[in-house]
Amino acid sequence: MKLFLTFFLCSLTQLATARTLLVGPAESIRSLQKAFALAADGDTIRLRQGIYKEGTLQLTKSITLLGENYPVLEGEKKFEILHISGKNITIRGIHFRNSGYSAMNDFASIKLVDGSHITLDQNIVSNAYFAIHVSNCTYVHIRNNRITGIPASEQMTGNGIHLWKSSHATIENNVIKGHRDGIYFEFVTSSFIRNNHSENNIRYGLHFMFSNDDSYMQNRFINNGAGVAVMYSKRVRMEKNHFEENWGASAYGILLKDITDSHILQNVFMKNTVGIFMEGSSRMEITRNRFLNNGWAMKIQASCDDNLFHYNNFTGNSFDVGTNGTMVLNRFENNYWDKYDGYDMNKDGIGDVPYHPVSMYSVIVEQNPTTLILFRSFMVSLLDRAEKAIPSLTPEHLIDNKPMMKMLRL
Amino acid sequence: MIRIEEISKKFRRLQALDHISVRFTEGQVVALIGPNGSGKTTLIKSVLGMVRPDSGRIFVKDQPVSGDPSYREHIGYMPQIGRYPDNMKVGQLFDMMQKIRNREHTDTDLLYKFNIPAIYEKPMRTLSGGTRQKVSAALAFLFDPSILILDEPTAGLDPLSTEILKEKIQKEKKKNKLILITSHVLSDLEELTTHIMYLQDGKLQFFKDFETLQEETGELRLSKAIARVMQGFEPASEWIDELFDVHPKGKQQDKKK
Amino acid sequence: MLKLSRYVLYDILRNKIVIAYTLFLLLVSFSMFRMEDNSSKAQLSLLTIVLIVLPLVSLVFTTIHYYNSYEFIELMLSQPLSRTKILLSEYAGVCLSLLSAFWIGVGVPVLLFSADATGFALLFTGSALTIVFTSIAFYTSVRSKDKARGIGFALLLWFYFALIYDGLVLLTLYAFSDYPMEKFTLLLSALNPIDLGRIFIMLKMDISVLMGYTGALYKDFFGSGTGVLFTTGIMLLWALIPLWLALRSFRRKDM
Repeated sequence: MKLFLTFFLCSLTQLATARTLLVGPAESIRSLQKAFALAADGDTIRLRQGIYKEGTLQLTKSITLLGENYPVLEGEKKFEILHISGKNITIRGIHFRNSGYSAMNDFASIKLVDGSHITLDQNIVSNAYFAIHVSNCTYVHIRNNRITGIPASEQMTGNGIHLWKSSHATIENNVIKGHRDGIYFEFVTSSFIRNNHSENNIRYGLHFMFSNDDSYMQNRFINNGAGVAVMYSKRVRMEKNHFEENWGASAYGILLKDITDSHILQNVFMKNTVGIFMEGSSRMEITRNRFLNNGWAMKIQASCDDNLFHYNNFTGNSFDVGTNGTMVLNRFENNYWDKYDGYDMNKDGIGDVPYHPVSMYSVIVEQNPTTLILFRSFMVSLLDRAEKAIPSLTPEHLIDNKPMMKMLRL
Repeated sequence: MIRIEEISKKFRRLQALDHISVRFTEGQVVALIGPNGSGKTTLIKSVLGMVRPDSGRIFVKDQPVSGDPSYREHIGYMPQIGRYPDNMKVGQLFDMMQKIRNREHTDTDLLYKFNIPAIYEKPMRTLSGGTRQKVSAALAFLFDPSILILDEPTAGLDPLSTEILKEKIQKEKKKNKLILITSHVLSDLEELTTHIMYLQDGKLQFFKDFETLQEETGELRLSKAIARVMQGFEPASEWIDELFDVHPKGKQQDKKK
Repeated sequence: MLKLSRYVLYDILRNKIVIAYTLFLLLVSFSMFRMEDNSSKAQLSLLTIVLIVLPLVSLVFTTIHYYNSYEFIELMLSQPLSRTKILLSEYAGVCLSLLSAFWIGVGVPVLLFSADATGFALLFTGSALTIVFTSIAFYTSVRSKDKARGIGFALLLWFYFALIYDGLVLLTLYAFSDYPMEKFTLLLSALNPIDLGRIFIMLKMDISVLMGYTGALYKDFFGSGTGVLFTTGIMLLWALIPLWLALRSFRRKDM
């Protein structure tokens, strides 16, 4: 009881002492810098509408900063705008504009260093080099932000949301356009990336490295220079994402490089040059995904093993599976392939003859890309048919032994 | 009306026409005779512009045949074998001809005598060979041309139709037209012909009017007169037999082109 | 000229082969769209029809029609019509009837079931190939007097354009795989109307795969305005040059 009373009294004093500071052109406090100096832990600062040019602001106190009608913090293309390190900080409803560019440092509109429990909510970041840059933080929540860059060259543009060496982050409901990488993760663990929209970024929609035990779900990655890259990580869940229109010679829905023990579930891969490109990956489960109208639904390099592909739908892809070797240590089962033309005598919904997802012509194109010009010609379809009858070039063991007769409901 | 000057034509090794010069004028009914491959059809086709001679010139009513095709307005042509688009109706054929010539049907004599309007709705492919010949004949006379070229006109026609056709030719002859007829069978032409032109191996052996021929040979009948003349040549004996055949109707015509 | 081609067209439209051809196309197209779950697979089957069946039918039908009309053409020649007019009328008649068979047999189902970019590319290519191969067949038929030889030659041409040519291209690409062959392949594709049409459709159907590797070059070229002009221009040449050659040799020909 005594303990409870003490706790109650403490929180009461907290309430009594927490103040709200008003900052604005017509208020007594006109600059944010001054407000930061005056504020104490637990205070709230309300920023009135207006344009504030205050160079680089340093924030280390546990305060809540709320913008009214999106006040603009102007970086004049020279400064980092907000530099945060601390804990229990919330920034909401602010427009960060024109932060500076530096080739030496990763200048960012909002930079978080050594912090924890920091929330960035409903902010707008425009014309930034890096938009939000997080390093060495825990429990960071970045949500409902709109981030728009001006895509220049890969060197002149930074990442949209950049996390380095952090854990327990949540990246949610953000829209990121026109940066180098939409979302960048390096050494980030136990984090969620959910329901973001990453489009028209110069390099990757999501760039993901050395980050274990993360999951990303329900995101949309559209028309990014090279799609999404997930590399050197373990135990990653990729669920219900959309990968669309990632076109180019080295563009992929997802590029998987050295990924192990991960799951790719219920995603949609549509109109990508390559839906999934997989290299040095093992013990993955790829299931219940839809591959629609891709150039190659999947390219699986010979360095992959022990992966299981089952219950996926493959429709309208120019090529289903491409590979660079003949050794196959992966399993394909119960997928629906629209190019399958086998039969089902016992009516159990599973085709009686196996399906070969690697066509002869995809092997030829792999060896000599110029021959792509002959795709869909009569001669090529004759070659493919001949190869089906007597396999010689295509990997003999890369087969789906139980191809579905009907498209799966996913 | 038709002036042929020194024309020659060679098909591969065959000399179809060999320096032929001849002149046809109004009021002549010329029987163009000669064995198979003697150049009769080639000559006719040259006049019609279907075959281009290697050398020499042809004029029809002073128009060169190598130029403007409008000279063919003066010619009515009845081919040896009349084949028409399978699904075209007889009526459409006559319709089309009228549109091509841009003229009304001026001479419908044969059209009605052969009772062709009765089959106007029939497609061409359903017609017998004889009926097609009747259609061809009616077409040739349709626009009252001043020159008629008839290639084996009686072949395939029944005796009654042959008579009708002969009567028609007789009638046109009186209108001072030039009529060229090729035929295997002389007896058909006996009463029509005014001139005989005999070709062999592409060479013109003779071109004479009937009276001169009669005088020279002392024979009154055309066939006999020709037989007499030909003793001077070395004609294919088989062809002579054919020429004098008095019952040629049942004979199947050679479908040479 | 219209006077004559109207009647030629009327005749061919009642031709049993043309009617059967129309029905065949209609049946195949409809059953494709009905049977397949997604229209892209049906379009793929139609692609085969357009690239293989269309040229074959155009070549063979035109050749047969030409020889069957031989006597009729002779009769027309005895009329006050120029040879150019006669052949062009025949050409227009054959071409229009084959085109209408295609538009009814494939055009209608495509418009009903998949009126998208790929569908229109199919229709454009089909129409172009019909015109082109009718031209080519006219030229070969005018050149050879014998019907059997004419049909044989038409089949040979089809075999060459549909199959052998691509085989030769593949061999060439393999033989010179160490050299940059992209530009050269662009040139090669222009030398076969079937290939040109195929690439044109592929740009709509397989845009994703074409964006990868050297494909991007093909896409950049054929997908650009210049590319579309190039395709249309070359197709036009493929239609006009054989037709012009046919007219030239028809004018000199002895019937």
